[in-house]
Amino acid sequence: MATTISTYSRNDYINFSVLMVLGFLIIPMTVNSDYWFTSILIPWLCLALATIGQQVIMGYTGQLALGAAGFMAAGAFACFNLILRVDGLPFFGALIISGLIAAAIGIVFGLPSLRIRGIYLMVATLASQFFIIWVIDKFGWFKNYDSSGIITAQDIVIFGRPYTSPVDMYLVILVVVTVMTILAINMARGSTGRNWMAVRDMDVAAESMGVSLLKTKIQAFAISSFFCGVAGALFAFTYLKSLEPVAFDIKLSFKILFMCILGGLGTINGAFIGAGFILLFPVLLNYLGNNVFHGAIDATIISALEQVVFGVLMIVFMIYEPLGMARLWENLKQRFFKKKNK
Amino acid sequence: MGSEILFFFEVLVGGLLAGTMYSLVALGFVLIYKASATFNFAQGAMVFFAVLSFVGFMELGLPFFLAFLVTIGLMVVVGLSTERLVLRPLMNQSEDTLLMATIGLGYVLEGLAQAAWGVEVRRLDLGIPDFPIMFIADSIGIFISALDLTAGAVAAFMVISLAVLFTQTKIGLGLRAVADDPGAASSIGIPLKHIMLLVWSAAGVVALVAGCLWGARAGVQFALVDLALKALPVLIIGGFSSIPGAIVGGLIIGSTEKVLEVYIGPFFGGAIEGWAPYVLAVFFLLKRPEGLFGEKIIRRV
Repeated sequence: MATTISTYSRNDYINFSVLMVLGFLIIPMTVNSDYWFTSILIPWLCLALATIGQQVIMGYTGQLALGAAGFMAAGAFACFNLILRVDGLPFFGALIISGLIAAAIGIVFGLPSLRIRGIYLMVATLASQFFIIWVIDKFGWFKNYDSSGIITAQDIVIFGRPYTSPVDMYLVILVVVTVMTILAINMARGSTGRNWMAVRDMDVAAESMGVSLLKTKIQAFAISSFFCGVAGALFAFTYLKSLEPVAFDIKLSFKILFMCILGGLGTINGAFIGAGFILLFPVLLNYLGNNVFHGAIDATIISALEQVVFGVLMIVFMIYEPLGMARLWENLKQRFFKKKNK
Repeated sequence: MGSEILFFFEVLVGGLLAGTMYSLVALGFVLIYKASATFNFAQGAMVFFAVLSFVGFMELGLPFFLAFLVTIGLMVVVGLSTERLVLRPLMNQSEDTLLMATIGLGYVLEGLAQAAWGVEVRRLDLGIPDFPIMFIADSIGIFISALDLTAGAVAAFMVISLAVLFTQTKIGLGLRAVADDPGAASSIGIPLKHIMLLVWSAAGVVALVAGCLWGARAGVQFALVDLALKALPVLIIGGFSSIPGAIVGGLIIGSTEKVLEVYIGPFFGGAIEGWAPYVLAVFFLLKRPEGLFGEKIIRRV
C-alpha cells in the first residue's frame, strides 16, 4: 500500500526545516490571537498525535482497533496522578511515564488481537474503551476523591517556569509532537514498520517469512497506546484544562478513527491532514452558519449536517481513494512538480 | 430465603427479556451478513433513523399505522440508495473496506435523522405499559413488564418468520447462495440487485421494530445508537451468520449483565452493564471465535 523510502532525500530535509521554522518561529510571532492557539493549533497537534497512534495500529499493522480515546484517558489520568503524587517529577518525565502506563494497558487489551481480527477485534477494543473509562469513573483514587467529577489540570511547569499562556503551551506541545513524529516516521520506514506492514498485508505470509506475529502485534499495540496516552495527557492539560472521563467517550474514538481513515491509512502526514480536516470543518460550517446565513440555520442542524458530510466523505473516499487525503495531496504535488520539471 | 430466590428469578427473567431487545438489533446485522457477507455497522444508526422518522411522521399528524407504513417505505428507500450508492461501487472490496464504508453510512443516517427531526428526546407510546403485570406478580410473585413480554413475543415471531424465509423459500435459497459466492450466484441467474434490495429493506423493517420497542422503553434519542452497539457482543456470542444465535446471544448478554449488575455491581459502584457484555464477548472470542452457532471460519492463504 504505502511506499517505503529507504533514505531521506535533500527535499525531505528542506521540507523539515521549513516546517520547523514555520512552527517554532513564524506561527508564534505572527499569530497573535489566543483563539487560534487554544481552539485550533493546540487541539490539532494533540489529536494528530493520537491519530498517529491510531495509524500505527490500524494504518500500518492493519488491526481494526476502536479505543483510542480510552488510552488517551488512561494517559491523561496517569499524568494527573503522577504530578499530584510524585514530588519533583518533571513534566516531561510524567508525560513519558503516563505514555508507558497507557502502553502497558494497551498490551493487555491487545492480547486478543493474536487470535482475532477485523470486526471481532473491534469489539474487543471497544471493551477497553468502556472498561478504562468506567474504572477511572468509579474508583475515586484516580480522581483524587474529587466529588464534582471535573478536576482542574495542574499547570505545566518545566524547570521551575510555568507554561500557562496559549503560546507557551503550544510550544511545549510542538516540541513533544515534533520528537514523537520523527520517531514515528523512523519506526514506520525502518524494520519495525516493515514488519507491521507485512502483518497488515498478509499475516500468514509474514509469519512464514519469520516475522513474529506475537511480537509485532503486541509492539504495535504498545506503541499505538503510548502515542495515544501522551496525546491524551497533552489534550487534557492544554486543551481541556480539566480531567473528566466523559471527555474521552466513544465519540472521540470514532473521531480519531475518522481522522485516521480520511487522512489516509498508513501515512504519518495523513494523521495531520485528517486531524486538521475533522477539526477545521466544523469551524468552517459554524462560520458559514453565523456569517453567511446569519444564524438562520439552527446550531443543532449544523452539527447534524457536519456528521452527514463526514459520513459521505468516508464512503466517497472508500470508493474512490481508499488511501485518503494524504494520497490526494501526493497526486496534486506530483502533477504540479511534473509540469515544473518539463 | 424464598424471597431471595424469587428476586433472583425476577432479575434473571428481566434480563432475559431485555436481552431479546438486543437480539432484535442483532437480527438486522445477521440478516445483512448472511446475505452479503457485509458487516453493517450502520444497523444501530438505522434503528435510530427508523424510529425517529416514525415518531416524526406521527408528530406530523399521520395515524399510527400509516406512519408505520410510510416509515417502512422510507427504509426501503434507504436500502435502495445504500445498494446503489455504497455497495455496488464497493463490490469485491475487502471486508474491512466495506465495514468502514458502513461506519460512514451510519454517520450519514444519524446526521440526516437529526437534521430532519431535531435532537430533543421524544416519547413513544405504543400503548403497551412498561409496568409489571399485576396478574403475574400476584400469582407467582415475579414482576415482569408487559413491554418486556411484548418484546420477547415480537422477537420470537421475527425469528420464526426469518428462519422460515431463509430455509423454506426460494428467496431464502437465493439469499444464501449470494452470501456464499456472489459471482457464482449471479452466473446462474440470481438477481443480485433484487436480493440486496430485499435484504436491506428487511433489515430496515427489523430496525424499525427494534427501534419502536427501544424507544418505548428509553425514549427516542441519540443514546439508542450506543445501546445498539451492544448488539455487537451479542453477535459475537451467537455467531454472525446465525439467526437463532442472535436470539441466544441476546439472552445470554441480557441475563448476564443484569445478574452481574444486581449482585456484583454494588461492590464497584455500579454501572458495570456498560462494559460487562464486551468483556464477556472477549472471553467468548478467545474460546470460540466463530460464536455458538456461527460457521467455522476457514482462512486460506
